[in-house]
Amino acid sequence: MADKRNTAPPEREPVGKSRRQFIQDTGHALCGVGLVGVGLGLYGEQSLAHAPDVLRPPGALPERDFLAACVRCGLCVEDCPYDTLKLARIFEPVTTGTPYFNARKVPCEMCEDIPCVAACPTGALDKSLEDVDESRMGLAVLIDRENCLNMQGLRCDVCYRVCPLIDKAITLDMLRNTRTGFHAIFEPVVHSDACTGCGKCEHACVLEEAAIKVLPRSLAKGELGKHYRWGWVEKEEAGGSLLQGIGDAPDRLPADSIFKDLNGGKP
Amino acid sequence: MAAKSLPGLRRPGSEAKEVKGFWQANRWLILRRLSQVIVLGLFLLGPLAGIWILKGNLSASMVLDTVPLADPFIVMQSVLAGHFPELSVLLGAGIITVFYAVLGGRVFCSWVCPVNPVTDLAGALRRWLDIKKSSRLNKSMRWWLLALAWLLPLITGYVVWELVNPVSILHRGILFGMGWGWIVILGIFLFDLFVSRRGWCGHLCPMGACFTLIGSASTVRVSAANRENCNDCMDCFAVCPEPQVIKPALKGQSNGIGPVILAADCTNCGRCIDVCAQDVFKFGTRFANKAEK
Repeated sequence: MADKRNTAPPEREPVGKSRRQFIQDTGHALCGVGLVGVGLGLYGEQSLAHAPDVLRPPGALPERDFLAACVRCGLCVEDCPYDTLKLARIFEPVTTGTPYFNARKVPCEMCEDIPCVAACPTGALDKSLEDVDESRMGLAVLIDRENCLNMQGLRCDVCYRVCPLIDKAITLDMLRNTRTGFHAIFEPVVHSDACTGCGKCEHACVLEEAAIKVLPRSLAKGELGKHYRWGWVEKEEAGGSLLQGIGDAPDRLPADSIFKDLNGGKP
Repeated sequence: MAAKSLPGLRRPGSEAKEVKGFWQANRWLILRRLSQVIVLGLFLLGPLAGIWILKGNLSASMVLDTVPLADPFIVMQSVLAGHFPELSVLLGAGIITVFYAVLGGRVFCSWVCPVNPVTDLAGALRRWLDIKKSSRLNKSMRWWLLALAWLLPLITGYVVWELVNPVSILHRGILFGMGWGWIVILGIFLFDLFVSRRGWCGHLCPMGACFTLIGSASTVRVSAANRENCNDCMDCFAVCPEPQVIKPALKGQSNGIGPVILAADCTNCGRCIDVCAQDVFKFGTRFANKAEK
C-alpha cells in the first residue's frame, strides 16, 4: 500500500477512475475466490462420503462433527502402538489428513488405556470414552452368508474366536442344516449392543474376501419408526397389557381337516 | 549457465560475497535453512528414531509430551466450523500466536514453513533462468482466500481448507506419507516458476495471511539502519520475497519515514541483510525507528 502512495503521480487521480479500479479489482478477486470456494465446497461435500471400509478411531465424534473438530495433527496415529491408524493422503477415499483404519488390513487392538483418545488435543476423539468396550467404531455384519464357511455347516468359527467380546458381540446360534438334513449350522450372529467395530473378525476371516465386514453404524443399522413400539416390551414394562378390558376375539382357526393333512393325520 | 554469462547481468549478492565473504553474504539464508531443517528434523526424529521431542505435525503437536502447540489458522477453522476444542489445542494455538506476535508473524513463513524452500527454489530458478514474464496477481488475494478459508467452515460446518492446504499436505506428507501430495507441491513450484513470481507465498497463501495478521505489530523487524549508504544496486529488491516492503523504509528518509520495515508482509527472512554489500540492513526492533533528519 505504502509504495503505491510513493509512486502515485503528485496530482490526485480523478475519483471516478480509482473507484472504477477498486470495483474492478474487487470484482476480480471476488470472482476468483468465489470459484475457488465453490470448487472447495463441492470437493468437501464429495469427501464427506468416504469409502465404507474406512473406520474412524475409538471415540470419534459423529462424522460431520469429527470433520469440524479434527485438525489432522496425527497425534493419535503416532500414539497408536499397533500402527493401526493412518492419516489419509490426498486423493484417498477419506477426507485428506484425517485418521482412519482399514479393519481388513490392521484392526483396532482395543488398548485398555485408549492412547489415541488420550492423545487427541481437540476432542475430535471424545475423552468421555473411558472404557474401550464402549467404543462404536462401526458394526460387524455377516455380509456374505453364502460364502461364510459356518453358514455352510463347517466349523470355521474364526470370527467368533477372535472377537474381544466373545459371546457378547458375536455368538454362535444353532440352526438346522437342511443341506445334510442331520447336522447343525453354527451361525455367527453379531449383537450391535456389544460390537465395538474393532474389526478383528473381518481381519481374521479366512476367506479371500471377508464374509464378515465392519461397516459404519449408519450403514449397518436399521431404525424403527419413532412412533413404533414392540408390543411385548411395552407389555413387560407396564406389567400387563396396555389395553385392559378390551375383549379378545376368539381365534378363528381353519377346519380340523387342514391340521390332519399337515400333521399326517394326527389332530 | 547461459543467463549467468550474459554481459551486464549480475547475480544479486555477488558483490556482497566479494566484499563481506561467503558467510556474511549468506548468513541469514543458511540459518533459515538450518531452522527449517531442524524443525522438520525434530518432528521426524519421532517416527524415524523413536525420539519424541516434537510429536504431531505443524497443525498441532506436543513438545516432549507436555507442552501443546497448535496452528491458530486451522484451530480457527475448527472453531468456526462449530466445534469447541479442548483446552490443549486452544493453549497450543495461544502459545504459537504469542510467539509469532512478538517475533514477526511471517517468521513462520520464512523460517519454519516447509513450502518456503520450494517457492524459494522456484524464485531462485526464475532469476537464474531470467524468466521475466509474470502474471500479476492481486496482493489482496490472500486476504480474500483467508476470508474464504474461515467462511467455508461457517457455511459447511466442517474444516474445508485443510483438504487442499499445501503447507499441511507437504509437512504431513513428509511425516505420515505423501501419496499424491507431490502433485500439489509440484503444482505450486511450477506456478511460481512459470506463471507468477512469488505467486503462492506472496499472493495467495491464506495461512501466510493469517500469520501476517498475527505479526502485524511484532517487535522484531528488519531495519534499513544505514540507508544513507545505499548505492541503488537493487540487489535487495531482487531477492526479497515481498519487495514492496523495502521501499518506504529504504527511501523514505526525505518523507520523514523511519528506517524500520514495518510492513507486516515482511517475512523477516533477512536475505536483504545478506545480499547488501553496503550493510544497509540489520535486524532490530520496531521501536528503533527514529527518522534522523
